[in-house]
Formats: sequence, structure tokens, C-alpha cells
Amino acid sequence: MHSFGSRRPRCQGVDLIRAARTYAAGEAEGAALVLTAPLSFWGGVDVDTGNVIDRSHPDRGKNVTARILVMPGGRGSSSASAVLAETIRRGTGPSAIVLSVPDPILTVGALVAQSLYGLRCPIVVCAIDGIATGDRLRVQALDHVASVVHIG
Amino acid sequence: MHDSSVDLAPTDAAMLRGDEGAAAAFAMEILVAFADALGAPSLLDITRAHIDGCLYHGQASLDFVERLVSTGGRVRVPTSLNVGAVDLIHPELVRLSPREKNPAVRLMKAHEELGCRPSFTCAPYQTEFRPVFGEQIAWGESNAIVFANSVIGARTNRYGDFIDLCCAITGRAPAWGLHLDENRAGQILFRLTGFPATQLATDGLYVAIGLLIGAKSADRIPVIENLPAPVSEDQLKALGAAAASSGSVGMFQAVGITPEAPTLEDAFRGSHPQEIVEISPGDVRHTLLDLSTVADGTPITAVCLGTPHFSRVEWLRLLALLRDIAPARGIPIYVNTGRATLNQLEGAGLAGELPAFSVIPVVDTCTYLTPILRSLDGVVMTNSGKWAHYAPGNIGVEVAFGEMDDCIRSAAAGRVVRESI
Repeated sequence: MHSFGSRRPRCQGVDLIRAARTYAAGEAEGAALVLTAPLSFWGGVDVDTGNVIDRSHPDRGKNVTARILVMPGGRGSSSASAVLAETIRRGTGPSAIVLSVPDPILTVGALVAQSLYGLRCPIVVCAIDGIATGDRLRVQALDHVASVVHIG
Repeated sequence: MHDSSVDLAPTDAAMLRGDEGAAAAFAMEILVAFADALGAPSLLDITRAHIDGCLYHGQASLDFVERLVSTGGRVRVPTSLNVGAVDLIHPELVRLSPREKNPAVRLMKAHEELGCRPSFTCAPYQTEFRPVFGEQIAWGESNAIVFANSVIGARTNRYGDFIDLCCAITGRAPAWGLHLDENRAGQILFRLTGFPATQLATDGLYVAIGLLIGAKSADRIPVIENLPAPVSEDQLKALGAAAASSGSVGMFQAVGITPEAPTLEDAFRGSHPQEIVEISPGDVRHTLLDLSTVADGTPITAVCLGTPHFSRVEWLRLLALLRDIAPARGIPIYVNTGRATLNQLEGAGLAGELPAFSVIPVVDTCTYLTPILRSLDGVVMTNSGKWAHYAPGNIGVEVAFGEMDDCIRSAAAGRVVRESI
């Protein structure tokens, strides 16, 4: 069950492939937003706008909406599941989340949103080094395996 | 659903397949995914749950519970409810528009339709829902979690939105974390140093120690050495609530006081502290002074007590202080408490004298969560480390912290008076 990362040399077209593990299934494509510190959605993300509002977070003011959110982990707060589900419902949430360690709280939020609204926000775990904000990524999270592909 | 590495019992697998109905299958699916993300190898039986999901955070919270209601969901273990956004017994106290109030009330009622009991209190451990030593439970609400683990020796992880209810509906929880012996050992030692031998177990001392250990423990289990024996379990309740406000503490141990720490060696279960932190009388004093955003002598507009919810013992202390100090300026003294505790007080004929002292009991909710206070412009005095920690951010008030007797003296004087700190 351990996540692992493998890196292919850069070449035209596809130049970064990470094998990943799926925690919430789905597919997404878009621009990465890489956070340098874990973010709690509760008290950390404004559900109306998708803005990072946690005063102590280094990426305060950035916006997660429709981005592929890449971060080391989620941070603690048990109310974060409800807040993530609410952002997905409102369309202000990320289109996928790529983590370096599993986060049970975020996983629950994504699964609940999928069950209630049929809206998917795939969550995968893999090595996140080498991914930069603005990179275009494709996340494919199947029932058991996932991949994160750099597409430009 | 994705492949899971959780080893399911046949009854879990049957529930997941839908043998126990659609609601149980839905709850089990989410619980298994959660356990998988934790890395829990299996699930275990629980005998109680306490649900923190009846405070309205948005439509998704309500949709989740309505899904369970509409598919015939029913809790499998005795399940108490934490506070909501509305005082259902005194609805006129909560100043929300109908548009805000209706979904908040519906969320509370929908939980009752799942078989949860309408306790609506953040201190379920001081009601008929109190667990016993060693009991495996799934509780939400940070202060209740700390109290159950630390003061009672029951076993729960820090459960939260959606998952606490999935545990209640399935009667199961991940076999992981504080449910297991090996994860209940102390990790960081806080040693009270330099206090006089005659140091009294004041309420303020307990609040300060709670805030200090919470801030420095992160998610490690703190052990406190040299803490004077508490006058009541309400002091341990205040300590735990403060620790869970300033940090993510799920359990603490106080040597010679809490049940899993008769000695320092017991508290650490034979291992060594990762870190030792000394706490001085100066640290306690500074921590308590930092809780106030205003100076002594500043006029106050209200007093808020009962965070966590007032126990019967705390009510009796308050009644004695009210009779003694007799505040008569009409400054409202809000007291959050459980509806069961208030019922007891009324049954004993003790609630009749409260209006004369401008005491306003609030049940089912808490004054820092929802608009109850008549004025947010002035300074509010509280005896709660938790209230003082959250209220300035949540409802935008200025706060003065003081012990219960100073709060009542201040209500009588109309300004911040502190003799106890």
C-alpha cells in the first residue's frame, strides 16, 4: 500500500509520471497549485471563494478553485471533511488533491461529496517533489492505482 | 470504491454489501475508506458515540445526514449529540434570521431521527452518557474527547464530521490510535517547578496548565507532574478544554490524578519522555494575563460562563457566589449548560432565583458559536480558557479572563475586577 514515486527523464509530451495510490477515485486535468505547508480546510479555505484564508499559512491569499492542489498533507482539524465537501458542492474546491502522505479527513470529505452530489475530487498520494505551481497535470485515479502526469 | 487494505470482519463485509440496509452500507463505505487512509489494519466494536455534526457548517453537512435519514439510517450504539447552533428550549435567545435558523434546527432534528439522543451538550461525560474506564467509544468534540480519554480512561480518537456518525451507524471504529494500549503512553513531560508547597489547586492554574501543554504538545500525549490535586473534576475538564483549544491534544495524563498515571513510570508505560518542559509560576501568570485583551477596571457588558457546559457542581458554586456577592447592575451573566443539567436545577427549585441576578441559562449551544449576546461592542468576562481563546475570532468580542468569583464580582462592579489572579 505504500506510495512511491518514479521519475521519467523529460521528453516531449509527457515528461513527469508518478505512480500513485488512490484514496478517492476520479480524473482531473489542470494547473497545479503547490502549497509549501499542510493546509486545514476548516478555518483555512473560504467556501465562498476558494481562497486560502489561514493567517498563519505561507500561501494565504492563493486560490484553490479548479486547481490540482498539491501539498504535503492536510492539517488536523476534524471539521475539514465538511468544509472540503462544501467547497466541492459549491464548485469552489480543487479539481484534485495530490498529497505526500494520506489524509483521512480530506479523503472522507471527497468521498461524501462524490456520494451526495456525484462530484469527484480525486485524492492521490505520491512523491510531490519536482511539481511546481503552474505545471499542467493530469490525475487519473482508478480504483486502486493512480498516476500523475505532467502535460505541459 | 477503491481497494482497501483494511481486514474486514464478515459482519463488516456484509454491512458493506448492503445486508443491513443502504444507510449502513453508505456509512461503512466511508468508514472503511477512512480506516484505510489512517493505515488501520481492521475495525473494532464501540459501545457509545458522541456526534459533533449538529452544528451547521453548510448545506453539505445537512445533505449528509438527510441521506442517512432517507435511507433508513439508525445508530447502533447509545449516541449523544453535541451542541447545535440554536437553543431549542429558549429559541428566542438566538438572534439568527429564519433563513439561517431553519437549516440549523433541521440539522439538529435530523440527527434525532437517526436515533441520536437530544443531549445537545459538549459535556456528555457529566450526563447519563458518561462512559466507563476502558470502554471503546467514538466521540467527537475536542474537550469531550480529552475528558473521556484522560479523566475517565475510556478510549476514543479525535473523531469529527461525518466519521463520528459513520461509527455510530455501524457500531465500529478503526482499530488504531488511542483505542490501543501501545498508543496511550505519555510522550512529552511537563513538570511544575518552583511552585510553593502550599500551592492551591485554583481554577486559573488548571486553565493555564491546559493552554501551556496544548501549545507545546502538538499531537503528542502530554504528562503533567506535580499538579496539585484538583478540587473537582471540573478543573480537569477546564484543563482538557484549554489544551484542546491551544493544540490538538486528545489525551493528557496527570501523575497521581488521572487513572492511567498512578506514577510517572505508568504514564510513560516504561518509555522515556521525548522532551521535558518546566512550567514556572511566572509561566502560569503570563498565560492567564495573555488571555485578556483589556486591562483591569475596564467596563464589561456581559459575563459568559459554562464553556464547556456547566455541571451541577459548578451551578451550586455559582449560586453560592450569587447569593454572597448579589450582582444587581443588570449585566447579563450567560451560563451555557446541558438541558438535562438545567432540568435537574429546575427540579430542585434552584433556577427561580437566577433572573434576580441577571443570570441567563443557555442550553443546546454555546455563546461563542452563535449570536446570543445582546451586545458585541463591549468587553465580555469569562472563566473559560476555551471561550477566551475562541470568542475574539468567532464573534469579535474583547475578552477579560477571570475565575468564577471574579467574574461575579465584576458583574456586580460593572468593570473588570480581579482578586484571584
